[in-house]
Amino acid sequence: MTDPLIRPRRKDPLRKTREPLLPQGVRSRTGHGLTAAAAEGRFALQVCADCGFTLYPPRDVCPRCLSARLPFQDVPPEGVLLAETTIRTSTDVYFRERTPWRIGTVVLDCGPSFVAHLHGDVIEGTRVRMTLRLDKSGMAVAIAMPERSTAHQEDDVQLRELTCDPKFRRVLITDGRNATGQAMARAMAAAGASIIFIGIADPWKPFPGEATLRDVPNAEIVSLDLTDTQSVADVAGEIAHRIDILVNTTEHPRAGGIMHRHGLTIAHEEMDIRYFGLLRLAQHFGPTMRARGADGVNAAAAFVNLLSVHALINWPLYGAFSAAEAACLSAAQALRAELRDGGVKVLNMFAGPLDTEWFQSVPPPKLSPATLATATVDALRKGIEDCYVGDIAQDIKGRLDVQPKALERELGA
Amino acid sequence: MSALMAFAAALAAGTIRVIDLTHTLAPEFPTIVMPPELGQCAPFRMEEVSRYDERGPAWYWNNFSMGEHTGTHFDAPIHWVTGKELPDNAVDTIPPAHFLAPACVIDCSKDSAADPDFVLTIPFVEAWEARHGRIPPRSWVLLRTDWHKLPPKQYVNLLDDGPHSPGPEPSVVKWLVEQRDVHGFGTETIGTDAGQAAHFNPPYPAHHYMHGRGRYGLQCLANLDQLPPTGALILSAPLKIRQGSGSPLRVLALVETSP
Repeated sequence: MTDPLIRPRRKDPLRKTREPLLPQGVRSRTGHGLTAAAAEGRFALQVCADCGFTLYPPRDVCPRCLSARLPFQDVPPEGVLLAETTIRTSTDVYFRERTPWRIGTVVLDCGPSFVAHLHGDVIEGTRVRMTLRLDKSGMAVAIAMPERSTAHQEDDVQLRELTCDPKFRRVLITDGRNATGQAMARAMAAAGASIIFIGIADPWKPFPGEATLRDVPNAEIVSLDLTDTQSVADVAGEIAHRIDILVNTTEHPRAGGIMHRHGLTIAHEEMDIRYFGLLRLAQHFGPTMRARGADGVNAAAAFVNLLSVHALINWPLYGAFSAAEAACLSAAQALRAELRDGGVKVLNMFAGPLDTEWFQSVPPPKLSPATLATATVDALRKGIEDCYVGDIAQDIKGRLDVQPKALERELGA
Repeated sequence: MSALMAFAAALAAGTIRVIDLTHTLAPEFPTIVMPPELGQCAPFRMEEVSRYDERGPAWYWNNFSMGEHTGTHFDAPIHWVTGKELPDNAVDTIPPAHFLAPACVIDCSKDSAADPDFVLTIPFVEAWEARHGRIPPRSWVLLRTDWHKLPPKQYVNLLDDGPHSPGPEPSVVKWLVEQRDVHGFGTETIGTDAGQAAHFNPPYPAHHYMHGRGRYGLQCLANLDQLPPTGALILSAPLKIRQGSGSPLRVLALVETSP
């Protein structure tokens, strides 16, 4: 059983903040097949298309039949921990300050054996469930988990190094005016976030759910408008050093394509609220979060973008909206590279149309804001980078992987 | 001494004071709210270009953006559909002499404090005229409500049935234009019309009648409590935007102090 995490004491403001270090992060191009799986929380290995051999570590040629056709595919993650050891010192500066560190040899039922990180509840000689996770450098690593969930499993110190669990972390939700922001606040409270800062733009403007939002445990309302650089700078000046997880819930879904919209006013708003809003957050919160990537139990952990899955491929009915979302996705990829030095993850949550007033005329299935919020907490707990929530998002992703041109034509039909 | 030199001397001597009727342009100042599916007026926003730094070593400057109807602003007749066909109806074509005009200040501050939906009526103006004299032709009528002193939430006063703030009822606007030949109508509130003026007949009467007859609007004014009921001269020159429907501007009042 894992010792439950203890709420961290307040940090002595005079103590030097530990600098974020990264584990060694070089992988081969083929090896990034593992990164791709870890980013989505899948367990995938190369399986030879010719002889069916499952292999690890990644190779360019099948060691059994010499085939070069070695696609990654999801494989059963179960196996047995054969042997374990505890590392007590290291020449690597990242692991040096994190010892003791348990590793072990796991043989999977599907064939390959791994030298893997070990969850604290994994015992030598017992069955385990192997997972791929992204470490602080953004690279896939394997950690063997207990076969069945154990008490406080997510609090394990080695696992927590690979995840962004909101428990005891301080969260900024950038927009509490909309249903998603409000659902996110409740989900973060339920996940044990210690403070939930909730941004409200134009506080003089009432909004639905205002009264109940103030009742969210540990919620603190801040005046924040992502279209106003000074507002973002002011709020960052006050609280950026206390933000461990930033969730950008600011949204502006508007129907309409590119050609038939009358003028650019709405397009300006879309880009200002979403794309420039993201840039303002990145500029004013990013550097501080990056510097706090190893700041103890509640170190800065994640910058979360809620994106439309149509960031990946345009939906002409919401064509200009899709284009703004695509700009956000591209910026998020740049931000991911920039925050990686601090070990801070950028989590992109891809969703289809939400069940809100701005998708009123869109037929179901639509995603409820509460489902998106719960999925976000779940993704943070797993430490993944890209999450496709709900039927529409998963369908789009699946079709995009197989036949993007067909998808483009079908969305534009 | 010429009239202008006498005026300059009075300014220098302080017997004519300049009162700023303008709110500071700042991002947090409320902008009028329209239904979210309609086009919105952009609030004031500012981006620093450089501040003695690598973006411009010895100089500080900003780019800013906003709508024509943001902050303290001027409404030209072309702003409203009723004024769209009039000659010289945009901020760039209005005769510049129209940017200087005297003002009658009608104090409704107590009435507005008691009732945010206070509406100005003909009898109310007639009672004001009984005390201060008939409104001279081509005068601004400025509605003093002390609304400029309210914090944003009370200033816009959005309740579950929309905004609530004082303004004129339809008959008085028509009467001011037709019977008093006023120059324009100015308010401290976010628009020249009452918060609930969408329900009036016609809707938004200050816009409908004033602009329909080529008269002007000023809104989001400040410091009307510092003006005398009559005798102030208003300087309100909007930016010269080609075919502009209005413009943020600096509104100044010149007031003679009693000797």
